[in-house]
Amino acid sequence: MKYRSVFEIIGPVMIGPSSSHTAGAARIGRVARDLFGRQPEWARIHLYGSFAETYKGHGTDVAIIGGLLDYDTFDERIKTAFEDAAAVGMTFEFIPEEEEADHPNTAKIVIGDSQGEMELVGISIGGGTMEVTELNGFPLRLSGHFPALLVVHDDRSGVIANVSNAIASQGMNIAHMEVGRKEKGKMALMVIEVDQMFDETLINELKSLPNVTQVSTLAN
Amino acid sequence: MEVLFGTVKELVALAEAQNKPISEIMIEQEMQITRRSREEIVAQMENNLSVMESAVEQGLQGVKSTSGLTGGDAVLIQNYIKSGKSLSGDLILDAVSKAVATNEVNAAMGMICATPTAGAAGIVPGTLFAVKDKLNPTREQMVNYLFTSGAFGFVVANNASISGAAGGCQAETGSAASMAAAAIVEMAGGTPQQSAEAFSIVMKNMLGLVCDPVAGLVEVPCVKRNAMGAAKALVGADMALAGVVSRIPTDEVIEAMHRIGQSMPSALRETAKGGLAATPTGKALEAEIFGKDKTSRDTVNS
Repeated sequence: MKYRSVFEIIGPVMIGPSSSHTAGAARIGRVARDLFGRQPEWARIHLYGSFAETYKGHGTDVAIIGGLLDYDTFDERIKTAFEDAAAVGMTFEFIPEEEEADHPNTAKIVIGDSQGEMELVGISIGGGTMEVTELNGFPLRLSGHFPALLVVHDDRSGVIANVSNAIASQGMNIAHMEVGRKEKGKMALMVIEVDQMFDETLINELKSLPNVTQVSTLAN
Repeated sequence: MEVLFGTVKELVALAEAQNKPISEIMIEQEMQITRRSREEIVAQMENNLSVMESAVEQGLQGVKSTSGLTGGDAVLIQNYIKSGKSLSGDLILDAVSKAVATNEVNAAMGMICATPTAGAAGIVPGTLFAVKDKLNPTREQMVNYLFTSGAFGFVVANNASISGAAGGCQAETGSAASMAAAAIVEMAGGTPQQSAEAFSIVMKNMLGLVCDPVAGLVEVPCVKRNAMGAAKALVGADMALAGVVSRIPTDEVIEAMHRIGQSMPSALRETAKGGLAATPTGKALEAEIFGKDKTSRDTVNS
């Protein structure tokens, strides 16, 4: 089943004009912001394929900035996202790329502040649904068809067991899981797709686990 | 966890066996899959309904898109209805104007609810708010209209496609119009099987519709395809309520739509390279909007 909820058919509530170029783009921005964990001070956004060709006509640019300001797909403030970014002191630039990406609606978002930076590649696959294909150089295979948890953690023994125990204690089943790290003992990323929708209780529990630095969700 | 239905045949069989409307089966499946309460699910759909209502109202006031390609037609049609001269009937034109209103708001970066996509967002609410004046439904029945639309859309999305890039406009406005027809039937007191017949009758008349948006924008011809989708939904629902049945079963019609979509050339699947987008005027409008003629573009929208 590619689609699981009636609200993927009757929904999302969103600012027009395009579910893929506006709503999906806002969601890519918001997931980036979520994973970064705080308001970035600057953003560099590379657009590929159709995003690069038509981003102005579709409001893809204001939608991504809106997402980086933590606006949801239906937030009317998406329209004034550029002004709002200036107000919170976030600078940004858009770079339409000539080269072809694997998917026609691809955005690479590089964000940062004085404490660090993060890079995320997202694709918008239709109907407002998006997928993250890369995070800080970690290739991901997030199908976007299941609710997903993204857990950034320190590469230490026991973290994976703690996370999966917390999920199991909620009576939830893991559909797909992958763990990647760039360097032994440094930052690692766990991507967990589950069969059921999760709630705040689980997310808070995961956040409180030792060596877990950030928990983000993709609920579609 | 398993879904309750994966095909229209299963959906109708469940509704008939349990003597429940299709909307109820959809709500029960949603509860099962998401483990959310009925109250939460219904409340979310009520919110979607309110968003649709606001979009229709806003569009009927008159809006204009950033590109200038669309806007204001909903007002023209409403004024024409008021003149008392309409030939096709006030209810149909009311649905048409409200579908157009929603899509004009969408093109103007207003707030809408995708049904099943933003580009096809006018048809389900347009027909709902037109039929409402004739059938006087309760708010609950209006919410159920959306669950019934969603149940049919759920089958299409999983067995075929609701994306113009994958299946052409038949997958977007075709799906939306067929979903709306099924929901109109339920609201008018028809049986679950009659909803399925209405769906089939409308979808059969949307087969082959290509996705060829001018300049890649969700405006031309999207707004007018929502208009005609709303009209077809009403006529298809009336035919089914009259007792007309489809010789080809609904699931086979959906399968045919899927196969037609797969055999459509990519120029006609939301790349803005073929059809109306490739006409001299379509290209000229694109050059006007984007400042240069992008002949090598590769555009995919929905």
